[in-house]
Amino acid sequence: MRYLANLLLGVLFAIGLGISGMTQPAKVLGFLDVFGAWDPALMFVMGGAVVVNFVGFRLAVGRPHPLLAARFDLPTRRDLDWQLVTGAALFGVGWGLAGFCPGPALAALASGSADVMLFVAAMFVGFVLKDLLVRPAAPALPPAGAALGS
Amino acid sequence: MIEPGSIPAAAMGGGLIGLAAALMLALNGRVLGVSGIAAGMVAAGTPLSDRAFRGLFLVGVVLGGLAIGALFPQAMPGAITSNHLVLGVAGLVVGFGTRLGGGCTSGHGVCGLARLSTRSLVATGTFMVTGILTVFIIRHVLGGLP
Repeated sequence: MRYLANLLLGVLFAIGLGISGMTQPAKVLGFLDVFGAWDPALMFVMGGAVVVNFVGFRLAVGRPHPLLAARFDLPTRRDLDWQLVTGAALFGVGWGLAGFCPGPALAALASGSADVMLFVAAMFVGFVLKDLLVRPAAPALPPAGAALGS
Repeated sequence: MIEPGSIPAAAMGGGLIGLAAALMLALNGRVLGVSGIAAGMVAAGTPLSDRAFRGLFLVGVVLGGLAIGALFPQAMPGAITSNHLVLGVAGLVVGFGTRLGGGCTSGHGVCGLARLSTRSLVATGTFMVTGILTVFIIRHVLGGLP
């Protein structure tokens, strides 16, 4: 059941990405171009998503456990470290270069574009390289938090 | 018919993204972070059942993309450039950076901000700033992508 839920959540998430404009790199770059012809539309994506999730999050964690799992598995780290800031900074550079963050890039595979496939393949190489080159920061993330809680 | 990427569509699509993230928590008890879910597929030591769980979400994302592409072809234009060096470097730093920073636009942006996480606020502010700076340099200093 939780497997089916995950599949359907992926579909819902991607439909949201597509309607919102996040799968159009030109829209994303227009949003990031605050010193040029700024396109504010994508501000409303983050706004809509955070508002709905803010309410939903509070309704969900008020329950004793998730509907399809034994317990909640949420990130617990609160410290700020160089990996967080450096990683986010690097991610922003790639985002500004191609106009894709991970979710929209995966959804955009549906376009059948070989260019999108190249971006996604390089992204997976990046995931593996990080694991090969950088040890997890101490205190280590709990396994599920490290994997999904990010 | 709504126009994907217009302001009303952006707010509506954002609402659906937030709904998916809230349901992920309510149903599976997890944060919806795409880079984390995807990276777990290629991380050493991920159990097979966990790989299947993650893989189904990713399959769902592509299926949702196909549905959107069928309804709104303009929402699926592909990549911004065909320059393979730019796409390769961009994909590489997005993958490496999101793992080093522990999240991307969904995990840190949508979920972290809704959880009022300081780490996610710092991460989101950081990738917004470097994204804006990158676009500034490309468009207004270099005069466009090569």
